[in-house]
Amino acid sequence: MRFEARVVVRLKPGLLDPQGKAVEGALPAMGWRNVSNVRVGKQIEFELEAPDERAAAAQVNEMASRLLSNPVIEVFSVELRAPSGAATGGA
Amino acid sequence: MNGRPRVGVITFPGSLDDRDAVRAVRSMGGVGVPLWHGDRELGGVDAIILPGGFSYGDYLRTGAIARFAPIMEEVRRFADRGGPVLGICNGFQILCEAGMLPGALIRNRQLRFVCRFIHVRVETSLSPITTGLVPGEVLSVPVKHGEGQFVTTEEELARVEAEGLVVLRYCSPDGTLDEACNVNGSRDAIAGVRNATGNVVGLMPHPEHAVDPDVGPTGGQPMLASFLSYALARV
Repeated sequence: MRFEARVVVRLKPGLLDPQGKAVEGALPAMGWRNVSNVRVGKQIEFELEAPDERAAAAQVNEMASRLLSNPVIEVFSVELRAPSGAATGGA
Repeated sequence: MNGRPRVGVITFPGSLDDRDAVRAVRSMGGVGVPLWHGDRELGGVDAIILPGGFSYGDYLRTGAIARFAPIMEEVRRFADRGGPVLGICNGFQILCEAGMLPGALIRNRQLRFVCRFIHVRVETSLSPITTGLVPGEVLSVPVKHGEGQFVTTEEELARVEAEGLVVLRYCSPDGTLDEACNVNGSRDAIAGVRNATGNVVGLMPHPEHAVDPDVGPTGGQPMLASFLSYALARV
C-alpha cells in the first residue's frame, strides 16, 4: 500500500526559539500587535510503500526519531494518509 | 613510538577547516592524516578531529546527516575504546547529533552569524584539549558560526554541570562570566563540553585557527598541544 506521510517537528516547549522570536519581533512592525508565543517548526512530507498502516506508522516513527528530529531538543508528530484519502491518526 | 601522534582529520562534503586542522596538527608536532567520510577504517590513527564547515549544507539540522556517514561508525568504535575525539564547530554539532556529546546547538540567540576573536575560560583539566591547562585560565580563540547556541533540557543541563562536563565557557578577557561575552547565548555560557568518560570533546571556537603568531592570537596552541600529548599518552 502507498501512504502519504507528514511529520511535524517542533522545538520542545521549554526551549528558547530564536526563529520564533525573530518572527514575533517582525509582526508588530507590520501592524499585527496582538500576536505572542510564536514558535517555528518544520514539516516534512513524503510517500512510502508499506504492507499495512501499522508497518508504515512504525517505520515513519523510527525515521522521525532517528533522523527527522533531534530528541534532545525537539518533539514530533506523525500523520499518515492512506490511498482512500482518510487520515489515519497520529503518534 | 617516535613521539609524533597521528591525528586523523575527517573531510565530509562541505567541511571547510579540514586543511587548517591538518596544518595546525603538523605545526604543533603531530602528523595530520586526512580521512574521508566514506572511509570504513581509520588508518591506525591515535586521535581524530571532526573539523568545522557546513557538512551536507547543514540541511535538516547542523550535523544531522553527517552523523550517518560510513566513517562515523568507526569513530564511535574508536571513542568506545577510549580513543581521543575532538569536534570543532560543525564537528561539535556532528558529535552532539550522534549522541556522543550531551546537548545540541541551535541558531545563535541574536540570530546573526558571529566571526571574531573571543575569550574562553578553562573549566576542567579532565578533557583531551585541557590536560595541560589549569581551570580558570583564559584563552583567545576565534569563533565563526551562525548556529552555536548550546542548549539542552533542564535535567540534562543539571547533569552536565554536576558531572563537571563543561570544558570551556565564554568569558570576558579577564575570565569573568558576563552575559555580554556570551557570543551566541549558550546556556551557562557553555563553549565546549566533554563526554562522561572524558575522551570525547567538542567546542564551537576554532583552536586550529589560533596556532600561528603571525596571524593573530595563539589560544589554540595549548589546546592542540594537550590533545597531542593526550593522544601520545594512550599509544
